[in-house]
Amino acid sequence: MTAFDVRDQSRIGQPTDHLLPPPDEMTLDQAAVTDRRLSVVLGVLSIALGVTNLAVPREVARFIGVCADGQTQTALRIVGIREIVSGIGIFRQPKPSGWAWTRVAGDVMDLSLLSNATPRRRGDWARNRAAALTVLGITLLDLYSAVRLSRDTLQDVAQPQTIRVKKSITVNRAVGEVYAYWHNFENLPTFMSHLEAVHVTGINRSRWKAKAPAGRTVEWDAEITQDVPNERIMWRSLEGAEIPNSGTVEFRFAPGDRGTEVHVELYYQSPAGKIGVTLAKMFGEEPGMQIADDLRALKQVLETGSVLVADGAELGNRLAQRPAQPRKDEAGGDR
Amino acid sequence: MKAVSWQGRQSVQVDTVPDPQILNDRDAIVKITSTAICGSDLHLYNGFIPGMIKGDILGHEFMGEVVEVGRGVGNLKVGDRVVVPFPIACGNCTACQAEAYSLCENSNPNAWMVEPIWGHSPAGLFGYSHLAGGYAGGQAEFARVPFADVGPLKVPDHLTDEQVLFLSDIFPTGYMGAEMCNIQRGDVIAVWGAGPVGQFAAKSAFMLGAERVIVIDRFEDRLRMAREKVGAETINYEQTSVLEALKELTGGRGPDSVIDAVGMEAHGHGALYAYDKVAQTTKMTTDRPVALREAILACKNGGTVSVIGVYSGVIDKFPMGAVMNRSLTIKTGQAHVHRYMRPLLDRIERGEINPSFVITHTMRLDDAPLGYDKFLHKEDGCVKVVLKP
Ligand SMILES: NC(=O)c1ccc[n+]([C@@H]2O[C@H](COP(=O)([O-])OP(=O)(O)OC[C@H]3O[C@@H](n4cnc5c(N)ncnc54)[C@H](O)[C@@H]3O)[C@@H](O)[C@H]2O)c1
Ligand SMILES: [Zn+2]
Ligand SMILES: [Zn+2]
Repeated sequence: MTAFDVRDQSRIGQPTDHLLPPPDEMTLDQAAVTDRRLSVVLGVLSIALGVTNLAVPREVARFIGVCADGQTQTALRIVGIREIVSGIGIFRQPKPSGWAWTRVAGDVMDLSLLSNATPRRRGDWARNRAAALTVLGITLLDLYSAVRLSRDTLQDVAQPQTIRVKKSITVNRAVGEVYAYWHNFENLPTFMSHLEAVHVTGINRSRWKAKAPAGRTVEWDAEITQDVPNERIMWRSLEGAEIPNSGTVEFRFAPGDRGTEVHVELYYQSPAGKIGVTLAKMFGEEPGMQIADDLRALKQVLETGSVLVADGAELGNRLAQRPAQPRKDEAGGDR
Repeated sequence: MKAVSWQGRQSVQVDTVPDPQILNDRDAIVKITSTAICGSDLHLYNGFIPGMIKGDILGHEFMGEVVEVGRGVGNLKVGDRVVVPFPIACGNCTACQAEAYSLCENSNPNAWMVEPIWGHSPAGLFGYSHLAGGYAGGQAEFARVPFADVGPLKVPDHLTDEQVLFLSDIFPTGYMGAEMCNIQRGDVIAVWGAGPVGQFAAKSAFMLGAERVIVIDRFEDRLRMAREKVGAETINYEQTSVLEALKELTGGRGPDSVIDAVGMEAHGHGALYAYDKVAQTTKMTTDRPVALREAILACKNGGTVSVIGVYSGVIDKFPMGAVMNRSLTIKTGQAHVHRYMRPLLDRIERGEINPSFVITHTMRLDDAPLGYDKFLHKEDGCVKVVLKP
């Protein structure tokens, strides 16, 4: 088949009964990344503005249409330092919401500075107003960023939530081959690095064993809920799983004879408390990253024959790094 | 074994580390007979490429003898003498099959690190930071070579190491730089940078039919090499205005294509250069594109800007107006070395070029720290350093 109809699409990844879909249209990880990106942009903006103010306060004063006297220049320099500090803060903080609020405070200060500044010439009124409007625009953006980041911080400590992860990759192999490989769930641990083993226990039934921090493992039973050869496989954990989860994988022809597009969607019910933290650690700060990496490993297996081992990655945790040197007598991937 | 490891900004040392082992079926272990220091290594040495960890083994230009092969390597056997290309490429993915080897989709296990900065990940590279996969490099006694059934090129015994070593990187890189210019009869090509890469770009431009080649740098000994060994004309940018000189040399047209063989750490003068240095040091921008800006302005209307100098992140004050309004084409990339090794080896065998002309210093691997220092400061005529493990 070459195309999906819309009804088909809408069914993809619909959570199984015991898993609720996330409240937002945007997936959680995507939303977090977007917010984080926005704050990085604002951080860069902060630092750039700051350095400019420090370096050429007179030109800045002229540009924004205020009198370039000594007092104004000093004010601009202070504003510059403030911008740099909050910019660096946004970068250094794992949770940048606090620093984002310092930007908002700073913007308000700018607005009042601009409204007090006396233009030198008549034409400067227009410039001054334009500058004020620009700052107002940035203020709104800062406000939005700060609110979103704070909301995420609140969510982190809040109640159980469903984490939804959606990733895809193109594999230079025929759809049938990719489907068949995935369909044997015992292959999953080869490329899903957090899985220790999957055993098929019956028709459509399997038992999964995943690694958890501190040498612990988590086990659960799962069943295949839908299996359309060469198109789609859906599965979900059965009653009693510590971390209820479900998943869908779709296989589509990649246009231009480029093999198969593999689209994966996973749902995890993350309980609050200890297991929630465990889960967060298991998937890194961004749950999508681990899955993206697993899909890359799938591509390596199917295209090149095995998961590629690099000297600088820790065995068993591809996301952790060590110096790029040969390791001491550790057996690698294929041996 | 002994290996050159990165210790931080402008600090490398020779360490004793474990010998490499076969980790994947398609690996081979090569006992290195010659290895070189590259301008790209200087970007690591100076700390401008992120993703380095203290102890990382450097080096991506190396050759030697196969001493062990994995089960999946059918085309090599112990004892073969090979040159290893610096990008790591699987040969199976869509990019490899299109011969875009430096874009291999499977060889960078750290693609997740790169995607936030570059959008997508290119291939893994030997000894070139964890962004490029975290592979141990070839400034060592031995190296593990992944996908050894695809990369290493067997070389005949009658050619010396010095004649074939640069097939690993700088000769194909320079050649690709010239090839991207799509040289037509009568073309005048200008090359920024008279380092080893610039020398090979200039030489290759002639091989591909350029009428005249003009090389720009400030080091007189490097410019002399370009004149005497390559047959290029030269401009010393410390003594002349490059843009004026190029107009003068081309009847006002500007060069038909320009090649940037300088990269992110270009040197320059004046206020803009000071601004670039401050911005790069304070990490507001990662790259200092002095030569690239000038090359763009110099290029004739509708010409090609071929960028083989390495850039790592974002650049500031980029003359996009010149590119857009004057219909310039920018072509660039880490060299797809595998694509060029065989045909360029043929050219060496036919005597069309002897790549050893760039070598000015041959040292023991133990002297690598000195080699890095000399090469960085272009001291006592240093153009290319070859290390012998
Ligand atoms: N694309 C690739 O695959 C690839 C491969 C190898 C090297 N490289 C890159 O090529 C570049 C050159 O490498 P190299 O080994 O020749 O290094 P190198 O340091 O020996 O040479 C660089 C030369 O550029 C000159 N230079 C600096 N600023 C200049 C300016 N404003 N105008 C003109 N010349 C200027 C320097 O004086 C020096 O001679 C580096 O950026 C390196 O990373 C790219
Ligand atoms: Zn190189
Ligand atoms: Zn590949």
